[in-house]
Amino acid sequence: MAAKDVKIIGAWPSPYVMRPRIALNIKSVDYEFLQEQMGTKSELLLKSNPVYKKIPVLIHGDKPVCESLIIVQYIDEVWSSGPSILPSDPYDRALARFWAAYVDDKWFPLLRSIAMAQGEEAKKEAVEQVEEGLVLLEDAFVKCSKGKNFFGGDQIGFLDIAFGCFLGWLRVTEKMNNVKLLDEAKTPGLCKWAVIFCSDVAVKDVMPETEKLIEFAKVLFAKFKAPPPK
Amino acid sequence: MAEEVKLFRTWSSPFALRIVWALKLKGIEHETIFEDLANKSSLFLQYNPVYKKVPVLVHNGKSISESLVILEYIEETWKQTPILPEDPYEKAVARFWAKFGDDKLLPSLWRVFVTQGKEQEEAIAPALENLKFIEEELKGKKFFGGETVGFLDLALGYLANLVSVLEETSGLKLIEAEKFPLLLAWMQNFSDVPVIKENWPPQDKLITKFQAIRETYLAAAAPK
Repeated sequence: MAAKDVKIIGAWPSPYVMRPRIALNIKSVDYEFLQEQMGTKSELLLKSNPVYKKIPVLIHGDKPVCESLIIVQYIDEVWSSGPSILPSDPYDRALARFWAAYVDDKWFPLLRSIAMAQGEEAKKEAVEQVEEGLVLLEDAFVKCSKGKNFFGGDQIGFLDIAFGCFLGWLRVTEKMNNVKLLDEAKTPGLCKWAVIFCSDVAVKDVMPETEKLIEFAKVLFAKFKAPPPK
Repeated sequence: MAEEVKLFRTWSSPFALRIVWALKLKGIEHETIFEDLANKSSLFLQYNPVYKKVPVLVHNGKSISESLVILEYIEETWKQTPILPEDPYEKAVARFWAKFGDDKLLPSLWRVFVTQGKEQEEAIAPALENLKFIEEELKGKKFFGGETVGFLDLALGYLANLVSVLEETSGLKLIEAEKFPLLLAWMQNFSDVPVIKENWPPQDKLITKFQAIRETYLAAAAPK
């Protein structure tokens, strides 16, 4: 069997890995999914991403591209005849990039901090901060979607991919900590968007099932919460 | 309608400097508004409510924040003197190293310059490792952008003056000629570009400012 020209090095639970996979699905580009084993890093990964040694990595021909949002932009620019992922207007593009960076730099770390919070007070505060962030993203959704289904308008776009990939982990956080983060009263637009996004043909096969993620999370947390050696 | 371009900045912000350079390289007329970050104006807060930081670009009333996002916006809006390569792979490489500069390199340099003693010693190796990656990227090139200044030169441009300020305030030389010949050559070439040369913040003012910052960090870290 001939080796595929496009490969993604990744792992099924990673939200970042979902991003280029969704992008390639949107462009109807066939690719080989090379899954890393948890706890080890393959030779190919270390060679392709010597700076960060992290997934995802896109290998196109023999060229590696790293950093998930940079990979998505690369995909959009290379397969330019397919549906566009970034908006065409420079200001809309700037908004999409701004909010994608916000999700990565501010919002997702806040989401992760809920699981790490020690005690009820800390957990409550972490939840409040995540909810505040979601209100900001609800505003962004109203502004960017202009009444349509996605941040990108009629079709999934850059910001849908950047934020939507975290929906699995958001649901895991809700279930494992018994909190409701996406709330119909506070963020109605996002609630509706989340359902449509997850059922989209480009997303549904790469979005991990919540139950599987919960099992994975339990294994992961057991490792982190193991008492430190004296 | 006449174009209205405003840049909110401070005199010293290296991130805002990227935007000054980009606007000047492309010959874009703009108004500069110096913001006092200790006393933020309500207009400024309106334009960047999420981060409340500089730089902020306002183009015909629409505001854009985050310097690398602004650079891409400028590139896509004003097509003269392009700063990004055409080829998608080379674009991805430029974007990768720009992000590396902000996420890894700058914080690692910062660590060296706000610490002392053992903490500082431990901070040196990661900073040198990160600088080595950047040195490699210059192989066979005058600028990161090739023959002319590009996106990555602007993104890493702060190295050409800030590092000497940080070295002076902490008494530690990080970028040595034997280890970083290409980087040192680039720092000189970059600084010689007229638009860059004409827009450095005053060196002595920077030294005073960073001296004070270093002292604040050291005092905070001192055992009580």
